[in-house]
Amino acid sequence: MGIGTSVLLKMNAEKVLKQLGIEATVEAADMTTARTLGFNANIVLTTPELVASLTGLPAEIISIDHFFDLEELTKKLGKALL
Amino acid sequence: MSALSAAFAPGSIEVAVKASTREDAILAAGRLLAKSGRTTVDYANEMLEALEEFGPYFVLAPGIAIAHGRPSKSVLSSGLSLAVLAEPVVFGSEHNDPVSLVFGLCATDHDSHIDVLAELATMLTDTDLVTFVLNAVTADEIRALLP
Repeated sequence: MGIGTSVLLKMNAEKVLKQLGIEATVEAADMTTARTLGFNANIVLTTPELVASLTGLPAEIISIDHFFDLEELTKKLGKALL
Repeated sequence: MSALSAAFAPGSIEVAVKASTREDAILAAGRLLAKSGRTTVDYANEMLEALEEFGPYFVLAPGIAIAHGRPSKSVLSSGLSLAVLAEPVVFGSEHNDPVSLVFGLCATDHDSHIDVLAELATMLTDTDLVTFVLNAVTADEIRALLP
């Protein structure tokens, strides 16, 4: 499981989902786990550098440029889920 | 003392760090983790492995990298370090180059440091605070900015 970057993204994603009023389970995962866990996910949030390594998953892959920009997260998660 | 403040052991923050490559910059943050007693000297090289394997994905925001390895026997206790670079370094990040702040992170397991990361996420969301950290002249100034 993730210990660093993915946990930071999970926290901000949870914050944004709550603001949007969307109920969701968010898991932090390292790449090995993501390739497995991603099969059960509706959405996989990742960084632009890792998108290519995650293609092939049935989930919608959303690339986040700035992990601490809650507006970007809100815009992209809102577009995918609302 | 907040969890975030406690995560930075004495000697874990340094300003005006000289680094000319992204590897140097990551090793600098790793050296601060070892110097402040969080890890053995081996951990810095484990931090580099992520870069070799996946590229600069850990440059998470403009100018900010969070470098870490996996929980391993090199980690003595969970914590953070921060190297503020004297000159920004290009990491090869599509959106967030060049990098001026390199945080080092080490963890003994997957969840004991979660409160620390929550506070770090909140801190890095505050762009004014990030600017203050970037412009700090001493490590003590940065420490005073921590919650």
